[in-house]
Amino acid sequence: MTQFIKKSIVALAMVAISGSVFAAGELNLYNWGNYTSPDLIAKFEKAYDVKVTVTDYDSNSGALAKVKAGGHGFDMVVPSANYIQIWINEGLLIETRPDQMSNFKNVAKDFNNPSWDPGRHYSVPWQWGSVGMIVDTSVYKGDINTSAIFLDPPDELKGKINVAPEMNDVISSAIMYVGGEPCTTDKAILRKVRDKLVAAKKHWLSMDYGMVEKFAGRDVAASLYWNGAAYRAREKNPDVRYGLPQEGFALWMDSIVVLKDAKNVENAKLFQNFVMDPENAALISSFASYANGITGSEKYMPEKLRTSEEINPDPKLAAAGKFLPACSPEATKMYTAIWTELQK
Amino acid sequence: MANLHAAPVNKGKLFSIYKLPGFTFIAVACFLMLYAPILILVGYSFNSGSSLALWEGLSLRWYFAAWENETVQGATLLSLVIALQAALYSTVLATMAALGTTRTRPFRGQTAIYTMINQPLMVPEIVTAVALLIVFATIKQATGYQGLGFLVIAHTAFCIPFAYLPIRARLEDMDTSLETAAADLYATPWRSFRRVTLPLLWPGILAGAMLAFVISLDDVVITEFVKSAGQDTLPTYMLGQLRRVITPEMNAIASALLAVSVLLVSLIFLINRKKT
Amino acid sequence: MNDVSQSLSDYEQAARQQETRRNWLLCTPALVVLVLAASGPLLVMLFYSFLKSGNYGGVIYEFSLDGWFNVILVRDIFDDVLRFADAHLSVFWRSIKLSAMTTITCVIIGFPTAYFIATRPRRSRNFWLFLITIPFWTNLLIRTFAILELIRNNGVINNLLMDLWLIDEPIQIMYTDTAIMIGMTYVYLPLMILPLYASMEKLDFQLVEAAYDLYATRIRVLRRVIIPLIKPGIVAGSILVFIPSLGAFVTPRVLGGGKNLMLGNLIQLQFDQGQNWPLGAALSITLLAIVMVTLLVYVRYSQRSGGQDG
Repeated sequence: MTQFIKKSIVALAMVAISGSVFAAGELNLYNWGNYTSPDLIAKFEKAYDVKVTVTDYDSNSGALAKVKAGGHGFDMVVPSANYIQIWINEGLLIETRPDQMSNFKNVAKDFNNPSWDPGRHYSVPWQWGSVGMIVDTSVYKGDINTSAIFLDPPDELKGKINVAPEMNDVISSAIMYVGGEPCTTDKAILRKVRDKLVAAKKHWLSMDYGMVEKFAGRDVAASLYWNGAAYRAREKNPDVRYGLPQEGFALWMDSIVVLKDAKNVENAKLFQNFVMDPENAALISSFASYANGITGSEKYMPEKLRTSEEINPDPKLAAAGKFLPACSPEATKMYTAIWTELQK
Repeated sequence: MANLHAAPVNKGKLFSIYKLPGFTFIAVACFLMLYAPILILVGYSFNSGSSLALWEGLSLRWYFAAWENETVQGATLLSLVIALQAALYSTVLATMAALGTTRTRPFRGQTAIYTMINQPLMVPEIVTAVALLIVFATIKQATGYQGLGFLVIAHTAFCIPFAYLPIRARLEDMDTSLETAAADLYATPWRSFRRVTLPLLWPGILAGAMLAFVISLDDVVITEFVKSAGQDTLPTYMLGQLRRVITPEMNAIASALLAVSVLLVSLIFLINRKKT
Repeated sequence: MNDVSQSLSDYEQAARQQETRRNWLLCTPALVVLVLAASGPLLVMLFYSFLKSGNYGGVIYEFSLDGWFNVILVRDIFDDVLRFADAHLSVFWRSIKLSAMTTITCVIIGFPTAYFIATRPRRSRNFWLFLITIPFWTNLLIRTFAILELIRNNGVINNLLMDLWLIDEPIQIMYTDTAIMIGMTYVYLPLMILPLYASMEKLDFQLVEAAYDLYATRIRVLRRVIIPLIKPGIVAGSILVFIPSLGAFVTPRVLGGGKNLMLGNLIQLQFDQGQNWPLGAALSITLLAIVMVTLLVYVRYSQRSGGQDG
């Protein structure tokens, strides 16, 4: 038996090693789970003879904690817009100057000078999207462009509502619903937010991920969630529609950055430039079904995705969206208190 | 495990106390309950649609998809490599510790050793995970080494009590007369250990190793915090997918692994049975 | 005891010392690994609970009792009044309640099952034990998702019940405390069955037979003879089920729908989105304290019942 175990370990180790050599360079990407197009990686590996390794994380703060602790071995991370300033201020990133790279001209005007990275000295757009309401219209026929769906739910939807378990997305949606600004520390507004959320919660079914499946199986009828997932849910359940709350809704963008303790900085820069090429950016979108912020990439996307209402919303409705800033520690502390009370 | 010290049952005569009202019913229900989810997951691995929730027809699509998915393959392989190593090391360490703590007069520090060994059972994983992240990250930075060693040592540590418990239970039921006899025949301690103790202890060791292997294969939380670049195991890979969808590909991998492990365990089981 | 040890001859004392040394040597490798990767890091946790929270996670190396203070008391964010942290208390209470219910369910299901196995012919017992362990060779996450498939509104159980005309509307099991309990029972059941079986296997069925003649009814035999004899198995199994249930993390997250936290999730929240590591550390130590108290009760109890046996 021990002999057997020994032999299998040796055999497995051999396979593990043989899979990872024979490329000139290396690149270690730390990205959200199931977010990285395998086609994109394969294309990059072939073009530059670099072996790319992708490792998954499942939250902004988790990734930050891990990288801050050090000794991780990653070269690149893909944080959300409201976290980029934190990464920069904590001194974790290299100023790779994407704005001086050859493909920078492809970055859409809306995204080439964002508030979270003025002048794009650090980050390159990966994907962006919105936080809105996915609703099963066979259950509820009324207006879906409002946060009232989850905060003052209509009777048809009570007990069938999901809310994404993302503190910032939920609290900012509620803040905008009661008339405040995201990241506010105004106590009068936050009190309203807390009361609203606590009162609404008894009508919620869950605060969970994995909504594409749940809408397909009709386990939930409405959810505060993301547009790409709404698109995939609609593909499986044609009654599903995506609403953009007109009281204000959150926009997010994940951007790819290079870490200060990266070992493969040159390859990482090549990769940043690589994803700003429209054809490559389209690969990312085709895989995860969110928009990417690179002009000209649309024509390489599948027809159905490109013309979908989730990716191309009515401009009148889309005007109510705003990007979430990084909230101050005081604000985060207050939000955590509300969040914990909500989940008690 | 069981066949050496079974209760002295009068075999020929079955009396009614064997059948307590409702017990057999609950036991059968319990087995049904244990296997229902397994049947579901094996069943859906043959689903032709991309959903876990809706049945769309029979196909081997997800087995092919899993077979071609390099990320999944790598993660599966890594899970196995870590689990095999952790099971091996923790079983060796646990066997030694069991020999040192059973069939002996009470000695100074025995309680402390018990507490230490069982400690991973008492501490919630998330606590250990964060603590390990902090400590290992410091070591990783100081030494520059980021290899699999960290995951292996973390897994070995929490597998030790699981390996230790069955081995100790087995040892406690073994009396020392055979070993004493061996010693009387002037066998060296090592020789009497190899020829007498080890063969008798073997079922316990095997049970401990199997338990450790399974526990390591299952771990999500600690691995997620300790892993470095390129060290996704199957569970952490799946955790990353929680935000999106879990496809039947996962079921296909699970079913395939299950089939392999059941075969393997059956084999060990049969070999062991022949020996005894 | 004292007189005995004093009267030991030098030779015996030397032999005893040597044995102790041998025992320690045998345990050292395991202890080293455990100190490095299990117990040692917990000290770091204790240390962190007395530090100040960093702005975006992590800690600042300054002494502070805020972490501990926040476990039981919160300063209301709106009117700065000190209040009991009822959110934390209700999470603690839910965890203890659900873990206790899981433990009881495991006993109710596990006892007859272990009894069933222990009363099989000797040759087939290992086979039945083997059947208990097979499902656990599948990954925990995948198993949990399979349970979700069973209990969802359009899942196997609800469809079956509706097809049989037993119910008109699907029963909402998914995303309830019941779902968490079902999941935890499923996951920890073997930890109950195995120790129960181990103590039942040693049961002298001739004694049981004699008792059956004496007490005449099965229920009485069960209550007066069988249960007292296998009590150590029940207690050991309960400990093995109760403790991991308290800190469960994956099962509540997947089956409970994340609407109501359990302790494991509350702690994880502090290290993740909540970015309050000292509070997370203090909550962890509090959880450990609950576990220790449970174990102390167990030790007291087993000593007492052990005394009765002797």
